[in-house]
Amino acid sequence: MSPLRRVLVANRGEIALRVVRACHESGIEAVAAYSDADRDARWVRLADDAVHLGGSPAAKSYLDAGAVLRAARESGADAVHPGYGFLSENAGFARRVEQAGLAFVGAPPDVIDTMGDKAAARRTARQAGVPVVPGSGPVRDVDEARAAAADIGYPLLVKAAAGGGGRGIRPVADPGQLADVLPTAQAEATASFGDGTVYLERVIERARHIEVQVLADAYGNVVHAYERDCSVQRRRQKLIEEAPAPDLDAGTRSAICAEAVRLAAHVGYRGAGTVEFLLAENGSFFFMEMNTRIQVEHPVTECVTGLDLVAEQLRVAGGEPLSVAQDAIALDGAAVELRLNAEDPENGFLPAPGEMTAFDLPGGPGVRVDTGFAAGDRISPFYDSMIAKLICTGADRPQALARARQALAELRITGVPTTAGLHARLLADDDLRKGAVHTGWLEEWAAG
Amino acid sequence: MATIKATMPGVFYRRPSPEAEPYVKEGGGFAAGQTIALIEVMKTFNEVRADTSGTLVRFLLEDGDEVAMGQDIVEVDAA
Repeated sequence: MSPLRRVLVANRGEIALRVVRACHESGIEAVAAYSDADRDARWVRLADDAVHLGGSPAAKSYLDAGAVLRAARESGADAVHPGYGFLSENAGFARRVEQAGLAFVGAPPDVIDTMGDKAAARRTARQAGVPVVPGSGPVRDVDEARAAAADIGYPLLVKAAAGGGGRGIRPVADPGQLADVLPTAQAEATASFGDGTVYLERVIERARHIEVQVLADAYGNVVHAYERDCSVQRRRQKLIEEAPAPDLDAGTRSAICAEAVRLAAHVGYRGAGTVEFLLAENGSFFFMEMNTRIQVEHPVTECVTGLDLVAEQLRVAGGEPLSVAQDAIALDGAAVELRLNAEDPENGFLPAPGEMTAFDLPGGPGVRVDTGFAAGDRISPFYDSMIAKLICTGADRPQALARARQALAELRITGVPTTAGLHARLLADDDLRKGAVHTGWLEEWAAG
Repeated sequence: MATIKATMPGVFYRRPSPEAEPYVKEGGGFAAGQTIALIEVMKTFNEVRADTSGTLVRFLLEDGDEVAMGQDIVEVDAA
């Protein structure tokens, strides 16, 4: 039995259901917290209890820290699981949860503070001896930026220190563009994140996005659960994720995983987290950022390691040690995750809320579908567009991809356009089948 | 009295960011093509633009309110 007794699930959709399931399997009661739009949702029905947060817009429900704390107290929870997005990387919220005498199922608030500020995270990684993408500290104005850029070289990116989810990033090709882009990026960062701090980072062209899953407990145990390749992205939004990374040589794998563990240990990490790197064509790799939460793509790691990452989060939050040591974590097979979003790829990926009239899910060996929805559910305009994650595992990568193709053929979603058809075309592509992709690949592919 | 309708469902905003001034104040004028509001749908922000020039009489929604597709969002006097 877990030391935790009752967890408030402060999120929605597939991750809320994922947490509800992990709680039940760990002998913990799960309380759903829901907005008006989610009153009748599947994860709310499957929880032991449910508390209403507020109106449908996220700012009036899932992002309202006061409402979530009230729900936690009223429901008698002894812990809060924030999922991903919303309040999951909000240090102030995590602190308030702890001050209320509850466990926060996430990273320590001070670590969220440090790693949530991307400029501070780069500094911290350098201090830990982890290689970082060449770049600057915070730049205040165009003159400072020009001076820093002269050292870094072009093309580069202006990035919001407080950014996340691919937002607050702007490319700059030459010094002339810097004068235009910098003030706009600062204004956008202020508007989006309440913090106008920006810094510069060199563009590593044709790099792969490789990220390492780490787990840590309060007793100094830090382990990695190997890496994921998330190079198939559109506007820095991931669309396909794999574990392990295709054709990654053993030396690079072991080096990149060791750096991730070193950084997590250096910051006193606790819980599940992800250290993101760019892997250049010449084999060198650089720290990009750390996500101090469970991630959307965590299932591919679960499929190839046999770990239950959410159960480990709950254990650690309850004050227990990790259930596994590093030498017990081995890679077995290959897994791929396809994000099924309510978007129209034929029409600029236009978000498309609406009612899912049919939702027939695939099955068979090695097929896992994580979704919070059922047929007849309305895909709401208030939240992100993800309907489901299709996760396929095989003894090797070709088998995982073959199962993904078959699963897509069995899948039927009507009522809203989705990215399913796009995935079918991508899985037929030679580059993708060979694993010869990089972070700019999908946009080049789409441009034809 | 004419109205401008929402072209998509989502969350309605009168200003580009919480701290910023509204795009157009009640009683203020606007030009054809000018942005008068934002609608957030699935975490993307879409500008609502005026087809013609005119005067904005009053908003029918508060910042952060839900809006349905085709719902009247603002009353205008066409110029």
